[in-house]
Amino acid sequence: MKGISMKGKAWVMAVTPLLALTACSHQGVLDPAGPVAAGERTILLNSLVIMLAIVIPTIIATLGFAWWYRADKPRGRYMPDWAYSGRVELVVWSIPILVILFLAGVIWVGSHDLDPYKPLPSEKQTRPLEVQVVSLDWKWLFIYPEQGVATVNQLIIPTGRPVHFSLTSASVMNVFFVHRLGSMIYTMNGMVSQLNLQADKPGTYYGQSAQFSGDGFSDMNFATRAVAPAEFDAWVAGAKGKGPALDAPTYAGLARQGTVAQPFTYGTVQSGLFDQIALQKIAPSAGPQLGRAGPHVSPRTPAQ
Amino acid sequence: MKLLGKLDWSAIPLDQPIPLIASGVVGAVIVGVLVYAWMKGWWPYVWHEWITSVDHKRIGVMYMLLGCVMLLRGFADAVMMRSQQALALHGAAGYLPPEHYDQVFSAHGTIMIFFGAMPFVIGLMNFVVPLQLGVRDVAFPTWNSVGFWLTAAGALLVNVSLVVGEFARTGWLPYPPLSELAYSPGVGVDYYLWAIQISGVGTLTTGINLVTTILKMRAPGMSYLRMPMFCWTSLASNLLIIAAFPILTATLAMLTLDRYLGFHFFTNEAGGNPMMFVNLIWAWGHPEVYILILPAFGIFSEVFSTFSSKPLFGYRSMVMATLFICIVSFLVWLHHFFTMGAGGDVNAAFGIATSIIAVGTGVKIYNWLFTMYGGRVRFEVPMLWALGFVITFVVGGMTGVLLAVPPADFVLHNSMFLVAHFHNVIIGGVLFGCFAGYEYWFPKAFGFRLHEGWGKTAFWLTLAGFLATFIPLYIVGMEGMTRRLQHVDNPLWDPWILLAGVGTVIIFLGVASQVVQLVVSIRMREQLRDVTGDPWDGRSLEWVTPSPPPTFNFPVLYDVHGEEAYWGIKQAAIAQERLHDEPDYQPIEMPRNSPTGFVTAFFAASMGFALIWHIWWMVALAFVGAYATFVVFAWRDEDEYEIPAEEVARIDRARRATRSPEWLATLGPQA
Repeated sequence: MKGISMKGKAWVMAVTPLLALTACSHQGVLDPAGPVAAGERTILLNSLVIMLAIVIPTIIATLGFAWWYRADKPRGRYMPDWAYSGRVELVVWSIPILVILFLAGVIWVGSHDLDPYKPLPSEKQTRPLEVQVVSLDWKWLFIYPEQGVATVNQLIIPTGRPVHFSLTSASVMNVFFVHRLGSMIYTMNGMVSQLNLQADKPGTYYGQSAQFSGDGFSDMNFATRAVAPAEFDAWVAGAKGKGPALDAPTYAGLARQGTVAQPFTYGTVQSGLFDQIALQKIAPSAGPQLGRAGPHVSPRTPAQ
Repeated sequence: MKLLGKLDWSAIPLDQPIPLIASGVVGAVIVGVLVYAWMKGWWPYVWHEWITSVDHKRIGVMYMLLGCVMLLRGFADAVMMRSQQALALHGAAGYLPPEHYDQVFSAHGTIMIFFGAMPFVIGLMNFVVPLQLGVRDVAFPTWNSVGFWLTAAGALLVNVSLVVGEFARTGWLPYPPLSELAYSPGVGVDYYLWAIQISGVGTLTTGINLVTTILKMRAPGMSYLRMPMFCWTSLASNLLIIAAFPILTATLAMLTLDRYLGFHFFTNEAGGNPMMFVNLIWAWGHPEVYILILPAFGIFSEVFSTFSSKPLFGYRSMVMATLFICIVSFLVWLHHFFTMGAGGDVNAAFGIATSIIAVGTGVKIYNWLFTMYGGRVRFEVPMLWALGFVITFVVGGMTGVLLAVPPADFVLHNSMFLVAHFHNVIIGGVLFGCFAGYEYWFPKAFGFRLHEGWGKTAFWLTLAGFLATFIPLYIVGMEGMTRRLQHVDNPLWDPWILLAGVGTVIIFLGVASQVVQLVVSIRMREQLRDVTGDPWDGRSLEWVTPSPPPTFNFPVLYDVHGEEAYWGIKQAAIAQERLHDEPDYQPIEMPRNSPTGFVTAFFAASMGFALIWHIWWMVALAFVGAYATFVVFAWRDEDEYEIPAEEVARIDRARRATRSPEWLATLGPQA
C-alpha cells in the first residue's frame, strides 16, 4: 500500500510542473503553429518526462535520507563503516545508463527527423515556397525570388505550404528564429544555411534574432504573418511593382548599420541579389564608422 | 606617433554618471583602505606575510578574496541587467543604453567565470590539496604566487575598462565577425583579450603546479586510491586546465592577430572562417565548465562524508565517474551550436555524447545519497549547501540534457531557458560548492568558525532567491524569449521578467547575509574559536593540523594507511585514549618569500594596458621589466630558510595539548 501511494505522489509531482509549463506557455514553444514546432514539442516533452521519472525520485530520496538519518533524531541504524555494496553500485550505474540509452534513441531519431535541412513532406505535393533571408545590422530582409518582391522586418507566408528558407548574413552572425514555427538556424556571411518550416494555423508569430549581433540587436524582431494561400497571392499581387525597388544601391543603403522603425516592402528585386550577397560579390557590410559619436559607436572610442 | 597611443581624455566617460560614480566610490574605498592600513602601520605585515608570500595557504586565501570581490562586482552587473530588463518593457528605454548594457552583460559573464568562479575554485584547491595530501607546500611555490598575481592583473584590467575606455560589447565569448576590428573598433575587445590572456597564463601555471603536486608530492603511503576525493577531482580539473587552456590561449591569440596585425583567421574577408572560432572556443569552453564543477563535486564529497559521519560511499566508483567526466567533456563541444546546421548525424553524435556525461554525474549523486544512508546527518551550514546543491543540480542537469537533445535545442538555443540552465548548474553547482567549501574550511584557514545563524540565513535566502529568479527565466525561455535583450518588446514575457527582478532582490539579501556573517564572525571570533583544529570531526589530513596551520603544515609527514588518513589516526587515539607518541622533531626547510609574482604581474598589467592602447614604448619597457624579474628570480642564491627543530616542537606540542583525552572522548556520534 505504502509503495503505491508513494508512486501516486511521484506521478502527481511529475505532472504538475508539466501542466504549469503548458498552461503558462500559450504562445510559447509549447504552443506550436506548424509541424516542425509540433515535432520539437513532442521530443522536448518526451525527454522531459523520461528524465523527470528519475529526477523526482532522486530529489525525494535526498530529502528523505537526510531527514531519516538526521543526527539529532535518527530513525535508521548507524552503519559507520558502510561504504561499499556491489549491488548498490550496480543499480547506481545502471539507472543513468539505461535512461541515457533510452534518451539516445530519442536523440538519434529526433536529430534526423527534425534536421532543419530536411525538406518537409507536403500533402498536396506543392513545391515549397522559396524565401531568401538576409540578416542585416539590425533588421531582416526577406526576398521572395519567385514572386520578385522583398520585405523588411515582416515575413508573410501562406499556411499549409512548406517554406524553404535560404539564409545568409550581410555582416555578423545572427539566428533566425520564429519560435512557434520551430527550428532556429544561424545566418553567416559568405555561407548559406537552410531551413524548412511550415505554418498550419493562420496568425501573427513573433520572430527575432537569437544571436547577439550588436547595439541594435534588441530591435531585430519581425512579425511573421501566416495567411491563407489566396490571401498570400493577393498580397503578392498588391505589392508587386509598387513601392521602392531593391537593387544594389538600395541594398547598400539598407545594409548600413541602424534599425528600422516600420516594416516595408520592395515591389521589385534585382535578380540574383541574394547570391551576390552570399558569394560576397557584394562586400560584407561595414561596421560602425570611427569617430562618429552616437549610440552605434561608443563615444569612448576615439578616432584613429 | 602619439606618446600615449590611442589614449586621450575622451576615453574617460565623463558624460556617463553610472560608471563614473561607481568607479569613484570603489576608488575612494580602495584609497581609504590603503591609507588606513598605512596609518595603522600594517604595510610591512601585508607585504611580508601576504603579497610576497609563497605559502600555498596564504595564496589560496588571496585567490578566494579576489574571487569574492569579483563575484560582488559580477553580481552588481547582474543586478543592473535584471533591473534594466524589468524597466525596459513596452517600449520603455530603461536606464542603460545598448552600448552600455552590452558591456554589462559581457563583463558579467567574463568576470563570473574567469575572475569570480575560477579564482574561488583555484583558491580552495590551493589551500586544501597540499593539506589533504599531507605535504608542506605545492611543487612550485613561487610559480604559484606568480599564477595568482597574473590572475589579479587580469582582473585589474577588466576593472580599469570601467573607467578608461570600454569593455567588450560582444558577450563573454567574443564571437567573430562581431569581435573583429570591422564591427568592434573600440578597445573593449582588446581589454577582454589581454585580461584573459594574462590571467590565462596564471591559470595554466596553477594547473601544472597542482597536477605536479598531486602526482609527485603525496605523504608516504598515500597511494592514488588513498587520496581524498577532493584531491581526485582537483587532479581531474587541473588536467583539464592543462589540456584546455592552451586552446583558449591559441584561439584568442588568433583573434588578437586579426585585430592587431590584419590577419584573417576569423574575418568575413580573405577566407577567414568565423565558425572555426566558435568550434575552438567551445573546445576550451566545455571542458571549462567541468574545470569549475569537478572541484565542487570534490567539496560535496568531503562535506557529505564528514557531516554524515561516514566514509564516502563507493569511493572507487566516484574516482571512475570523475575521470569519465574528465575525458568525455572533450567530446561534446558542438552542442553549443547545434543550430549552425551541422546535419543529423553530427548533431545526434554530439547530443548522445553530451547526455552520456550525465551518467557520471548521476553516479555521483547516488553515491552521495548512499553516503547519507546509514549515517548521522548533521545539518551544519556546509551540509545545507550540499543538500541544496543536490536538489537544484539535478534539475539543472536535467535541463542540460534537455538542451543536448538537438530537436529541443532547436527551439531553446540561446534562449532564457539556456540562461536559466547554466545559471542553475553554475550557481547551484559551482557557487554552492564554493560556499560549502568556504564554510567548511574557513575555521582551518583562520582559526574560528563562521557564525551559524547568519550562514543559515544566507543559505535559505540565496536558495529562495535563486529559485525566484531562474524559474521565471526557464518559463520565459519556453515562451521564446532570447537572451541579451536590452529591451523587451513582447508583452507575454513581462510578468516573468518582473518576477526574476524580485528574485534578484532576494539573492541580494542572501549576499548581504553572507557579508554580515563574515563581519559578525570576525567580531565574535573569540566565542567561535576553533581550539582543536578539528571542528567538524573531520576525516582527512587537513584536520590533523591546528587552525590555522603553521607555515610548514605538518611537523612530520604522516604515514598513511587507509583511504581516510586522519580518521584512522583519530580512531587509534580514541581507542588508546591518548595521542600517538611525540615524534622526533627535525628542522624543516621552507621556501623563502618572493616578490617575483607581484612584480611580474605589475609589469604584465602594464604591458596589457599598453597593448590595449597601442602605447608601444610602454609595451617594450614592461616586457623587459617582466623578463628581468624572472632573471633576477632565477639567479637568486638562497631559496629556502630553516625552521629550527625547537620551534617545530613548540608549535606541535601546543597542538597536542589541545587534543586532550577528554576531547577525544567527546568525538564520534553515539550509535
